[in-house]
Amino acid sequence: METPLALTIGVLVAAAAYLLLARDLPRVLLGFVLLGNAANLTIFAAGRIGTMTPPLVEYGALALTADAANPLPQALVLTAIVIGFGLAAFALVLVMRAHAEFGSVHAEDMDAAEAPDEPATQAPSPPEDSIPARREAA
Amino acid sequence: MHASLILRVSAPLLLWVPLVISFYLLVRGHNAPGGGFVGGLVAASGLVFFAMARGQTAALAVMRLPPASWCGVGLLLAAGSGFLAWLDPSAGYLTHRWWFPDLPVKLPLNTAFIFDVGVYLVVIGTITAMVFALVAED
Amino acid sequence: MRQMLLVAPILIPLLASAVTALLWMRPGVQRAVGLFAAVALFAATLALLAQVISGGMLVGQMGNWPAPFGISLVVDHLAAAMLAITGLMGLVVAVYAMGPGAQERDRAGFQPLFHALLMGVTGAFMTGDLFNLYVWFEVMLIASFGLLVLDRTREQIDGGIRYVMLNLVGTTFFLLAVGLVYGLTGTLNLADIARVAPDIENQGALAAVGVLLLVSFGAKAAVFPLFNWLPASYHTASMPVAAIFAALLTKVGVYAIIRIFTLVFAHDQALFGPLLGIIAMATMVVGVLGAAMHYDVRRILSFHIISQIGYMLVGVALMTPLAIAGSVLYVVHHIVVKANLFLVAGAMRQVGGSFALKRLGGLYAARPLLGLAFLIPALSLAGIPPLSGFWGKLVVIRSGLEAEAYVLAFVALAVGLLTLYSMVKIWNEAFWKARPDAAPEPPFAWSLAQRVATFAPIILLCGVTLTIGLWTEPFAAFSITAAEGLLDREGYIAAVLGANPVQLTEAVP
Repeated sequence: METPLALTIGVLVAAAAYLLLARDLPRVLLGFVLLGNAANLTIFAAGRIGTMTPPLVEYGALALTADAANPLPQALVLTAIVIGFGLAAFALVLVMRAHAEFGSVHAEDMDAAEAPDEPATQAPSPPEDSIPARREAA
Repeated sequence: MHASLILRVSAPLLLWVPLVISFYLLVRGHNAPGGGFVGGLVAASGLVFFAMARGQTAALAVMRLPPASWCGVGLLLAAGSGFLAWLDPSAGYLTHRWWFPDLPVKLPLNTAFIFDVGVYLVVIGTITAMVFALVAED
Repeated sequence: MRQMLLVAPILIPLLASAVTALLWMRPGVQRAVGLFAAVALFAATLALLAQVISGGMLVGQMGNWPAPFGISLVVDHLAAAMLAITGLMGLVVAVYAMGPGAQERDRAGFQPLFHALLMGVTGAFMTGDLFNLYVWFEVMLIASFGLLVLDRTREQIDGGIRYVMLNLVGTTFFLLAVGLVYGLTGTLNLADIARVAPDIENQGALAAVGVLLLVSFGAKAAVFPLFNWLPASYHTASMPVAAIFAALLTKVGVYAIIRIFTLVFAHDQALFGPLLGIIAMATMVVGVLGAAMHYDVRRILSFHIISQIGYMLVGVALMTPLAIAGSVLYVVHHIVVKANLFLVAGAMRQVGGSFALKRLGGLYAARPLLGLAFLIPALSLAGIPPLSGFWGKLVVIRSGLEAEAYVLAFVALAVGLLTLYSMVKIWNEAFWKARPDAAPEPPFAWSLAQRVATFAPIILLCGVTLTIGLWTEPFAAFSITAAEGLLDREGYIAAVLGANPVQLTEAVP
């Protein structure tokens, strides 16, 4: 069971790496979601798999039976899924805002944050008119 | 948004179905699969469905408080449930306490349930806030 | 009582965040609640610091679950110092945020997000559990996302995208590392991991996990190859937000590196020491060179955050008591100074109407007090005696010389000089040269209350810088105690797990 799981994680990470390198922001976001799933599966596999008995305490019993699944990775994965969901939702809202603002979801078209500075007075400067104009436009 | 007439009229009635189910899940989560998170998701999806049928303004009116306030109430409940731990001042925060009052029905009272209700409200607030931000109507 | 004090730094911002979110429609009340909570947080962290200084490390188990199973909260000297400085920053920025622009910020939800951020930071400093550390990182991250794009301007959304995308990947690596650590050691409690780590058979896998953790914490701390998100985003945030980010966020990453690599990976120092040393040097150099080519006050300051991170890593790279003490002293000094510089930059914008050096000028003639308030943190950042930065640099460089890491010590010295260049550049352009004709008019006149809210925090932080500089003895002694505590792994493990740790029944594979 561990081998197919490891292969799945590998494929997910590879696909995530491919998507994360895209210039298209929604693709990057999908890459993040895939990477998150790969991480969750890793936690799951790290908790030792092999049993199908759910980790629920029988009525009247005081502890789990010996062959029950490990509940800790399940709790961790649940937490991580919730957090990943929240992050992905926020990032999606942000990408939508960016699309509304820039009219594009390509990372290349977004140039507001890192526009070049105006050099200070003494510095020998490139054509004066173009740079302030660009800053004003931003 | 143009929802059909049937959907618009039946939406307030249909809203009750997920809300009741969500409450059932919340209470059942005590000893069986379920709980505040799943319940909150169901309730939030009910509200989102209502927003699709009747528009966001109507959904916000049904919620009465803004989503952020729902989160606030939920956080206060969840955090507050931990304070009862200090009936014994040496206990760690969030040590949950149980009472079994002498009643004809079996009614275990406990602080973990308050925590779960807090989670329920936080999930409703967060999900609705995110979805409403995603499908902003302005 | 100890238990209440121990959770207070998490609970106070949590309650503040909840109450301010509840009062979503009432920004005025929110601000009062926020200020009250910031004062309470500072008081609680100071009480905790006093408790740790007098009585040593504090340990608590959440929900009374015994140590390796539940979540432990551990406050040792380093954590207590970081908490106290977080409390100070929370208070200072809460006051500063009542200055110009307060109404717009509060309507956009500044208060709940700000306190959620503080909660994430204090939680990350206190927790003794690796997965819990991940959760606090995420709390901090989500709150910082919201704060960064608070004004929803074009610049902020662009900066926000860069910040969000890179940090998302960084934290996912952290999650991956958490899973692998659990698979290797069978536990997530930091003390328990530290107990089992040296005896694990598969040391190669453990080292790989260490590198994965280094990547994710490094992305958070903005160290050399992973720093690009910081100068792309910090300068777009509104000024109080930029100040709290500059003060705390990267330092949480540094704290995590110091904590994990002194505790869990100390036995693998032969691998991680040189690696961290190279990263530290590259971070210092790249940061300071980046600052040299910029002409916008905020961007210069953003790059200096990066270069200063390098100094803080020297301690873990050398792993001698003196070097770690230097790191601790440096972190404390840096948080105060860097936050203050961002606050001053906000005030410069308020007075001079711009952040661009080209459009600024004559500020010293107009506002001598502002000039003084800039000079103290700026010279301290560059390491001019007798200010706090001098002592921090002195200890770091001395520890480098003692450990015979001459290149490291030389780089640290040279970077100090270049820092001075950047600071003098700001001074010359913004304060000393005549006011340029193209200078914009200040955006609007400000009321007396706004002026007090802006300058009181700046003057307070200048006072703290001077205190650390002129009365270094107690701070240095504290740093050395903190460093000794960090290097005493057995003491930490015993304090968290108890004298006879519970053995997990399932043996480590």
